[in-house]
Amino acid sequence: MDFNDTPEEAAFRKEVRAWLEQNTEPKNPDEATDESSDSVTEDDVKVAKAWQKKKADAGWACMRWPKEFGGRGATSIQQVIWNQEEGKRKTPSDIFGITHGMCGPTVMTHGTDEQRKQWIPGMLTGENVWCQLFSEPAAGSDLAGLRMTAVRDGDDWVVNGQKIWTTGAQIADWGILVVRSDPNVPKHKGLTYFVINMHAPGVEVRPIHQINGGRAFNEVFFTDVRIPDAHRLDDVGNGWRVALTTLMNERASIGGGGGGAAMKDLIELAKRIEIDGRRAIDDSAVKERLADFMVRARGLRYTGLRSLTALSHGKTPGPEASMGKLVGAVLGQDMAEFGVELQGMAGGAYDPTSSEDGGAWQARFLGFPGLRIAGGTDEVLRNIIAERVLGLPPEIRVDKTVPFKDIPTGA
Amino acid sequence: MNFDFTDDQKMLKETAASFLHEHAPLAHCRAILESDESYSARLWKQIAELGWQATAIPEEYGAAGFGRLELAMLAEEVGRALAPIPFVSSVYLATEALLLAGSDAQKKRWLPKLASGDAIGAFALAERPGQNGYTGVTAALDGGSLSGVKVPVVDGDIADFVVVAAVAGDGPTLALVELPSPGATVTRLESFDPSRSMARIEFSGVPAEPLGAVGQGRALAGRLLDRAAVLLAFEQVGAATRALEITKQYTLERFAFGRPIGSFQAVKHCLADRWCDIEIGRSNCYYGAWALEHDAPELGAAACLSRIGASEALDRMATDMIQLHGGVGFTWEFDCHLFYRRAKLLSTMLGTTASWKHKLVERVSAVEEAA
Ligand SMILES: Cc1cc2nc3c(=O)[nH]c(=O)nc-3n(C[C@H](O)[C@H](O)[C@H](O)COP(=O)(O)OP(=O)(O)OC[C@H]3O[C@@H](n4cnc5c(N)ncnc54)[C@H](O)[C@@H]3O)c2cc1C
Repeated sequence: MDFNDTPEEAAFRKEVRAWLEQNTEPKNPDEATDESSDSVTEDDVKVAKAWQKKKADAGWACMRWPKEFGGRGATSIQQVIWNQEEGKRKTPSDIFGITHGMCGPTVMTHGTDEQRKQWIPGMLTGENVWCQLFSEPAAGSDLAGLRMTAVRDGDDWVVNGQKIWTTGAQIADWGILVVRSDPNVPKHKGLTYFVINMHAPGVEVRPIHQINGGRAFNEVFFTDVRIPDAHRLDDVGNGWRVALTTLMNERASIGGGGGGAAMKDLIELAKRIEIDGRRAIDDSAVKERLADFMVRARGLRYTGLRSLTALSHGKTPGPEASMGKLVGAVLGQDMAEFGVELQGMAGGAYDPTSSEDGGAWQARFLGFPGLRIAGGTDEVLRNIIAERVLGLPPEIRVDKTVPFKDIPTGA
Repeated sequence: MNFDFTDDQKMLKETAASFLHEHAPLAHCRAILESDESYSARLWKQIAELGWQATAIPEEYGAAGFGRLELAMLAEEVGRALAPIPFVSSVYLATEALLLAGSDAQKKRWLPKLASGDAIGAFALAERPGQNGYTGVTAALDGGSLSGVKVPVVDGDIADFVVVAAVAGDGPTLALVELPSPGATVTRLESFDPSRSMARIEFSGVPAEPLGAVGQGRALAGRLLDRAAVLLAFEQVGAATRALEITKQYTLERFAFGRPIGSFQAVKHCLADRWCDIEIGRSNCYYGAWALEHDAPELGAAACLSRIGASEALDRMATDMIQLHGGVGFTWEFDCHLFYRRAKLLSTMLGTTASWKHKLVERVSAVEEAA
């Protein structure tokens, strides 16, 4: 049991560092971390795409992808080493999380050779940003209850309906899309999965105003949008299977956040703030809260290292990965709430001139509720852990075998 | 980077599991709990034959010369079995105290006997309710003679020697006292978890020698508690895992409203949360084991993380275990209370969770200030 790099890992780290030192500036360690990056500007997109291109040219992009797809077939540990080192440098905000974490792996798994050739390189080089068009107004947790339709017309499909909560749709060039191609069969059987060009006629993106003021996700409306059948992933009616691949990759890629960097900031904050004339950190109640956060944050970190070790011994990640997102999102929200509370009567101020850490705690407080919903709500993740890790019975389902069109709906 | 136990260590754990499965089912814990016995002398002897008490003792004292990682693996299984033996007192506390601070003569005298299970050691820190560490200790060590009252001393009634937290003229000092000794009165106490025993020990001018440097008692006791906390945390995680398994099985078999109670979402979510607690605890324990094995500077914080994570995991699991069993969970005949009792004994005996939380923050912020 040890944390030290093996000789190969050390050599790899050296190589990574050398390249990063040549191509980036170091991060200012005193700057509070900003996890609330939201509405991206056109400039942000340009800068992010250029950085991705630079990495791709040097062979550092999507390192874990197989060589045939332009990756370097790197191990998970190498990816972590890269992340650790990149984390110490000043780099543009990441707009490719969904593209690389979900869309790429799905196209690789279910796409034909031609489809892979068409889309993978653009993801890798940062030429294209992708988005995930899954959720609908009436279908979130119950994704298979989605209603957007697809009707075959010659070599094309014509799609109509609405998606919602689509992160990054406003900057995306392509999207992964699940739609209902057959309402006469039970819900999971009538779905088909497509890749859609976001610039196609009939696609309309409207930003949604979030509680934190940001506009990172959108409503997307589709009016008679034509998708070539050549852009279908896997068979007609097999959409659910493909969607599961995406969702599995999603849970593996959404970390909980909230952990390491924010923990350090919170301890520093508790040292600066005074309660009744002494440092907050010297107060027993404050200590107990901080310790509770630390135990969860470190526990998540070491759980990550345990799974990394398991991966490097050839194991595949299982439903256990749901814990990282469940525990991490709740932890992030708890820490944010405490960061606001530590500021006492000033907690309600949210102004960079007067709030501690430039208002980062208030920003987190307003941002974390979203993380507890995105990518599977807390409740859905608990169901997954209970059923798939512990083997408890599945939810009673009244809709599983009924033709989709006969399923009762709310208002 | 390799954050896992080796195959050999895991094999040791599996062997221990199947041994305890056969020789220490929960019925054995219950038998001790319901009897007048302080512990299972039979099981203590059997595991001595397997060399468990000797695991971390160096070969020069006639022992196995494995390490703390192997001991951690055994601890988890001892915890799973709720084994009614003085493993915490004798192995994680008394043995570790000698390894940490013992003179050559003290080690030679006690370690071989501890290794063979022929001697049982205990650690006596507490003197009064509310105490969570050295603060409050008044037992006085004066020129080789010890006076004071220690209560409770876990496993004190069966100990052949006790490591006593005392105060000498030059400050806090650990003392080594052999039992029985003239002037030492050992009275057995009722225990919250009668599968483990405890005693009140009154020392009136009992012959005692310092263990470790005079005046260093507080620091030594702190380091000792850190080491014991990591190992005990593995026991707690083991017990919590077992309690989760038993409870899960029960919720699959018990029907209400025409379906297994394990299909109700309130029950499923409760167990999912307990599973997360246990995994968070386990991962922190792994870190503790790493720090202990390498005697790393991070041990101070790692011990707190292991201790808090594991105590909370087991305390919550044992509480929910009764709740999810319904009425039968509150009966003497069901095993839930064995876990409930053991959980609280373990989460208080080295100091409460809150006291470890205070320590964690003090240690982490001190390190950052120094850096
Ligand atoms: C910040 C953010 C970004 C997002 N980005 C995307 C994106 O890029 N692409 C995309 O497709 N979607 C995205 N989503 C949508 C997200 O996946 C859904 O919001 C989520 O799955 C929940 O669905 P819902 O909003 O319809 O809520 P509902 O499913 O209606 O849930 C409402 C409440 O009911 C509970 N509930 C529902 N079903 C169950 C059940 N079986 N058991 C117990 N409780 C249940 C939920 O836990 C929740 O508390 C995003 C959401 C957020 C907040």
